[in-house]
Amino acid sequence: MKTLQIVTSAYRCNIEEQDDPVVWISQAMKAAGAELHLLLEGGAVNYAVRAQDASGLSFGGKAQTQPPRIEDDLRRLLDKGAEVYLVQDDAEARGLEHADMLEGVKGLSRAELPRFFGRFERIWRW
Amino acid sequence: MAKKHLTLVMMDAPFENARTVSALRLIDAALRRGHDVTVFAYEGAVSLTFAKQAPHANAVHGRDAVQEDHPLPKDWIAALMGAAGRHGGQLEWINCGLCVDERGVGEAIPGAQRGSPADLWKAAEASDNTLVIGTR
Repeated sequence: MKTLQIVTSAYRCNIEEQDDPVVWISQAMKAAGAELHLLLEGGAVNYAVRAQDASGLSFGGKAQTQPPRIEDDLRRLLDKGAEVYLVQDDAEARGLEHADMLEGVKGLSRAELPRFFGRFERIWRW
Repeated sequence: MAKKHLTLVMMDAPFENARTVSALRLIDAALRRGHDVTVFAYEGAVSLTFAKQAPHANAVHGRDAVQEDHPLPKDWIAALMGAAGRHGGQLEWINCGLCVDERGVGEAIPGAQRGSPADLWKAAEASDNTLVIGTR
Protein backbone atom coordinates (compact mmCIF):
# COMPACT_ATOMS: atom_id res chain seq x y z
CA MET A 1 0.00 0.00 0.00
CA LYS A 2 2.09 2.86 -1.32
CA THR A 3 1.35 5.84 0.88
CA LEU A 4 2.40 9.47 0.69
CA GLN A 5 2.74 11.40 3.91
CA ILE A 6 2.32 15.14 3.33
CA VAL A 7 3.88 17.19 6.10
CA THR A 8 2.18 20.58 6.18
CA SER A 9 2.32 21.71 9.80
CA ALA A 10 5.96 22.11 10.72
CA TYR A 11 7.83 23.00 13.90
CA ARG A 12 4.75 22.23 15.98
CA CYS A 13 6.06 20.37 19.03
CA ASN A 14 9.57 19.57 17.86
CA ILE A 15 11.34 20.86 20.92
CA GLU A 16 9.22 18.86 23.37
CA GLU A 17 9.28 15.70 21.26
CA GLN A 18 12.86 16.21 20.07
CA ASP A 19 11.68 15.35 16.57
CA ASP A 20 8.78 16.01 14.23
CA PRO A 21 5.89 13.62 15.03
CA VAL A 22 5.07 12.94 11.38
CA VAL A 23 8.67 12.24 10.44
CA TRP A 24 8.95 10.12 13.59
CA ILE A 25 5.84 8.05 12.93
CA SER A 26 6.96 7.59 9.33
CA GLN A 27 10.23 6.10 10.58
CA ALA A 28 8.37 3.87 13.04
CA MET A 29 5.91 2.62 10.42
CA LYS A 30 8.71 2.14 7.91
CA ALA A 31 10.36 -0.15 10.46
CA ALA A 32 7.06 -2.07 10.61
CA GLY A 33 7.19 -2.67 6.87
CA ALA A 34 5.25 0.32 5.57
CA GLU A 35 5.88 1.67 2.09
CA LEU A 36 5.90 5.35 2.88
CA HIS A 37 7.21 8.44 1.16
CA LEU A 38 7.22 12.05 2.30
CA LEU A 39 6.26 15.36 0.74
CA LEU A 40 7.23 18.52 2.58
CA GLU A 41 4.84 21.38 1.94
CA GLY A 42 4.57 24.98 3.14
CA GLY A 43 6.79 25.74 6.12
CA ALA A 44 7.79 22.09 6.31
CA VAL A 45 10.11 22.55 3.32
CA ASN A 46 12.52 24.00 5.85
CA TYR A 47 12.93 20.51 7.32
CA ALA A 48 15.16 19.69 4.34
CA VAL A 49 17.58 22.53 5.03
CA ARG A 50 21.03 21.28 5.95
CA ALA A 51 22.87 22.27 9.12
CA GLN A 52 19.91 23.25 11.26
CA ASP A 53 20.84 23.62 14.90
CA ALA A 54 18.21 23.67 17.63
CA SER A 55 20.63 23.05 20.47
CA GLY A 56 21.23 25.28 23.46
CA LEU A 57 17.79 25.46 25.02
CA SER A 58 17.75 25.73 28.79
CA PHE A 59 14.97 26.67 31.19
CA GLY A 60 15.96 27.52 34.75
CA GLY A 61 19.23 25.69 34.26
CA LYS A 62 17.50 22.54 32.97
CA ALA A 63 19.19 22.04 29.62
CA GLN A 64 17.89 20.09 26.64
CA THR A 65 20.56 17.55 25.74
CA GLN A 66 18.89 15.95 22.72
CA PRO A 67 17.43 18.73 20.57
CA PRO A 68 15.51 17.81 17.42
CA ARG A 69 17.69 16.90 14.45
CA ILE A 70 15.16 16.77 11.64
CA GLU A 71 17.84 16.70 8.98
CA ASP A 72 19.24 13.48 10.48
CA ASP A 73 15.74 11.99 10.75
CA LEU A 74 15.08 12.72 7.08
CA ARG A 75 18.44 11.25 6.14
CA ARG A 76 17.55 8.06 8.04
CA LEU A 77 14.27 7.85 6.13
CA LEU A 78 16.13 8.27 2.85
CA ASP A 79 18.58 5.56 3.91
CA LYS A 80 15.64 3.22 4.59
CA GLY A 81 14.40 3.67 1.05
CA ALA A 82 11.78 6.36 1.52
CA GLU A 83 11.62 9.09 -1.09
CA VAL A 84 11.47 12.62 0.28
CA TYR A 85 10.06 15.43 -1.85
CA LEU A 86 9.41 19.10 -1.26
CA VAL A 87 7.23 21.64 -3.01
CA GLN A 88 9.75 23.72 -4.90
CA ASP A 89 7.47 26.76 -5.06
CA ASP A 90 7.27 26.82 -1.26
CA ALA A 91 11.04 26.54 -0.96
CA GLU A 92 11.58 29.39 -3.42
CA ALA A 93 9.02 31.56 -1.64
CA ARG A 94 11.20 31.19 1.47
CA GLY A 95 14.43 32.00 -0.34
CA LEU A 96 15.72 28.44 -0.06
CA GLU A 97 17.95 27.22 -2.82
CA HIS A 98 18.78 23.70 -3.93
CA ALA A 99 22.28 24.04 -2.46
CA ASP A 100 20.74 24.63 0.98
CA MET A 101 18.95 21.31 0.90
CA LEU A 102 19.71 17.83 2.11
CA GLU A 103 21.06 15.62 -0.64
CA GLY A 104 18.49 13.17 -1.97
CA VAL A 105 15.46 15.39 -1.39
CA LYS A 106 13.67 16.01 -4.68
CA GLY A 107 11.82 19.17 -5.65
CA LEU A 108 8.42 19.19 -7.32
CA SER A 109 6.53 22.18 -8.64
CA ARG A 110 2.99 22.67 -7.36
CA ALA A 111 1.78 22.13 -10.93
CA GLU A 112 3.30 18.64 -10.92
CA LEU A 113 1.48 17.55 -7.78
CA PRO A 114 -1.77 16.14 -9.27
CA ARG A 115 0.14 13.75 -11.54
CA PHE A 116 2.53 12.93 -8.67
CA PHE A 117 -0.37 12.09 -6.35
CA GLY A 118 -1.54 9.54 -8.91
CA ARG A 119 1.47 7.39 -8.04
CA PHE A 120 0.13 6.66 -4.56
CA GLU A 121 -2.64 4.42 -3.29
CA ARG A 122 -3.18 6.54 -0.21
CA ILE A 123 -2.32 10.09 0.72
CA TRP A 124 -2.24 11.18 4.34
CA ARG A 125 -2.02 14.91 4.94
CA TRP A 126 -0.76 15.96 8.34
CA MET B 1 -24.33 -1.12 1.69
CA ALA B 2 -21.32 -3.40 2.14
CA LYS B 3 -19.63 -3.18 5.49
CA LYS B 4 -16.49 -1.06 5.42
CA HIS B 5 -13.54 -0.65 7.73
CA LEU B 6 -12.29 2.90 8.20
CA THR B 7 -9.24 4.08 10.09
CA LEU B 8 -8.94 7.58 11.48
CA VAL B 9 -5.86 9.19 12.95
CA MET B 10 -6.65 11.87 15.50
CA MET B 11 -4.00 14.17 16.88
CA ASP B 12 -5.57 17.10 18.73
CA ALA B 13 -5.90 17.26 22.48
CA PRO B 14 -9.42 17.46 23.93
CA PHE B 15 -11.12 20.83 24.45
CA GLU B 16 -8.96 22.53 21.81
CA ASN B 17 -10.78 22.80 18.52
CA ALA B 18 -13.64 21.70 16.30
CA ARG B 19 -11.58 19.09 14.45
CA THR B 20 -12.05 16.67 17.34
CA VAL B 21 -15.82 17.01 17.31
CA SER B 22 -15.85 16.73 13.51
CA ALA B 23 -13.87 13.49 13.78
CA LEU B 24 -16.33 12.13 16.35
CA ARG B 25 -19.22 13.08 14.03
CA LEU B 26 -17.58 11.11 11.21
CA ILE B 27 -17.04 8.12 13.50
CA ASP B 28 -20.64 8.32 14.71
CA ALA B 29 -21.96 8.42 11.14
CA ALA B 30 -19.85 5.42 10.13
CA LEU B 31 -20.87 3.39 13.17
CA ARG B 32 -24.56 4.17 12.64
CA ARG B 33 -24.24 2.56 9.23
CA GLY B 34 -22.72 -0.56 10.78
CA HIS B 35 -19.17 0.03 9.59
CA ASP B 36 -16.09 -0.83 11.64
CA VAL B 37 -13.85 2.01 12.72
CA THR B 38 -10.33 2.01 14.09
CA VAL B 39 -8.99 5.18 15.68
CA PHE B 40 -5.31 5.69 16.24
CA ALA B 41 -4.93 8.50 18.78
CA TYR B 42 -1.58 10.21 18.38
CA GLU B 43 0.07 12.94 20.45
CA GLY B 44 -2.47 15.07 22.35
CA ALA B 45 -5.40 12.94 21.19
CA VAL B 46 -4.42 10.19 23.63
CA SER B 47 -5.99 12.38 26.34
CA LEU B 48 -9.39 11.98 24.70
CA THR B 49 -9.90 8.69 26.56
CA PHE B 50 -8.27 9.74 29.84
CA ALA B 51 -10.47 8.34 32.57
CA LYS B 52 -9.93 11.19 35.03
CA GLN B 53 -11.62 13.87 32.94
CA ALA B 54 -14.14 15.57 35.22
CA PRO B 55 -17.13 17.83 34.67
CA HIS B 56 -17.33 21.18 36.41
CA ALA B 57 -19.81 23.87 37.31
CA ASN B 58 -19.85 27.02 35.21
CA ALA B 59 -20.45 30.24 37.09
CA VAL B 60 -20.45 32.30 33.90
CA HIS B 61 -23.32 30.17 32.61
CA GLY B 62 -24.97 30.39 36.03
CA ARG B 63 -25.17 26.59 36.28
CA ASP B 64 -23.93 24.06 38.80
CA ALA B 65 -22.10 20.92 37.67
CA VAL B 66 -25.29 18.90 37.26
CA GLN B 67 -27.07 21.63 35.32
CA GLU B 68 -24.03 22.30 33.17
CA ASP B 69 -23.84 18.60 32.25
CA HIS B 70 -20.45 19.24 30.70
CA PRO B 71 -19.74 16.79 27.88
CA LEU B 72 -16.49 14.92 28.28
CA PRO B 73 -14.72 13.33 25.30
CA LYS B 74 -14.12 10.11 27.25
CA ASP B 75 -17.89 9.75 27.75
CA TRP B 76 -18.64 10.45 24.09
CA ILE B 77 -16.06 7.84 23.07
CA ALA B 78 -17.45 5.29 25.53
CA ALA B 79 -20.91 5.99 24.11
CA LEU B 80 -19.63 5.51 20.57
CA MET B 81 -18.09 2.18 21.58
CA GLY B 82 -21.48 1.09 22.93
CA ALA B 83 -23.29 2.35 19.84
CA ALA B 84 -20.93 0.41 17.58
CA GLY B 85 -22.08 -2.89 19.03
CA ARG B 86 -25.74 -1.95 18.71
CA HIS B 87 -25.29 -1.24 15.01
CA GLY B 88 -23.31 -4.39 14.29
CA GLY B 89 -19.92 -2.79 13.98
CA GLN B 90 -17.04 -2.08 16.26
CA LEU B 91 -14.97 0.87 17.36
CA GLU B 92 -11.37 -0.04 18.08
CA TRP B 93 -9.53 2.74 19.88
CA ILE B 94 -5.72 2.59 19.99
CA ASN B 95 -3.71 5.15 21.93
CA CYS B 96 -0.06 5.71 20.99
CA GLY B 97 1.64 4.25 24.06
CA LEU B 98 4.64 6.58 24.11
CA CYS B 99 2.33 9.59 23.77
CA VAL B 100 0.33 8.28 26.73
CA ASP B 101 3.46 7.96 28.87
CA GLU B 102 4.66 11.47 27.99
CA ARG B 103 1.41 12.92 29.19
CA GLY B 104 0.80 10.65 32.15
CA VAL B 105 -2.64 9.70 30.91
CA GLY B 106 -2.32 5.95 31.29
CA GLU B 107 -5.65 5.60 33.04
CA ALA B 108 -7.92 5.21 30.05
CA ILE B 109 -11.57 4.22 29.82
CA PRO B 110 -12.32 0.52 29.23
CA GLY B 111 -11.92 -0.38 25.58
CA ALA B 112 -9.12 2.07 24.85
CA GLN B 113 -5.99 0.08 24.10
CA ARG B 114 -2.34 0.94 24.08
CA GLY B 115 -0.50 0.51 20.79
CA SER B 116 2.24 1.69 18.45
CA PRO B 117 2.67 3.08 14.93
CA ALA B 118 2.93 -0.52 13.75
CA ASP B 119 -0.70 -0.99 14.86
CA LEU B 120 -1.69 2.07 12.85
CA TRP B 121 -0.05 0.68 9.74
CA LYS B 122 -1.67 -2.72 10.31
CA ALA B 123 -5.10 -1.11 10.71
CA ALA B 124 -4.58 1.08 7.65
CA GLU B 125 -3.65 -1.94 5.55
CA ALA B 126 -6.79 -3.74 6.70
CA SER B 127 -9.02 -0.72 6.09
CA ASP B 128 -10.88 0.47 3.05
CA ASN B 129 -9.52 3.92 3.68
CA THR B 130 -7.68 6.02 6.25
CA LEU B 131 -8.22 9.65 7.17
CA VAL B 132 -5.55 11.62 9.01
CA ILE B 133 -6.82 14.60 11.00
CA GLY B 134 -3.61 16.29 11.98
CA THR B 135 -2.99 19.19 14.31
CA ARG B 136 -2.72 22.59 12.62
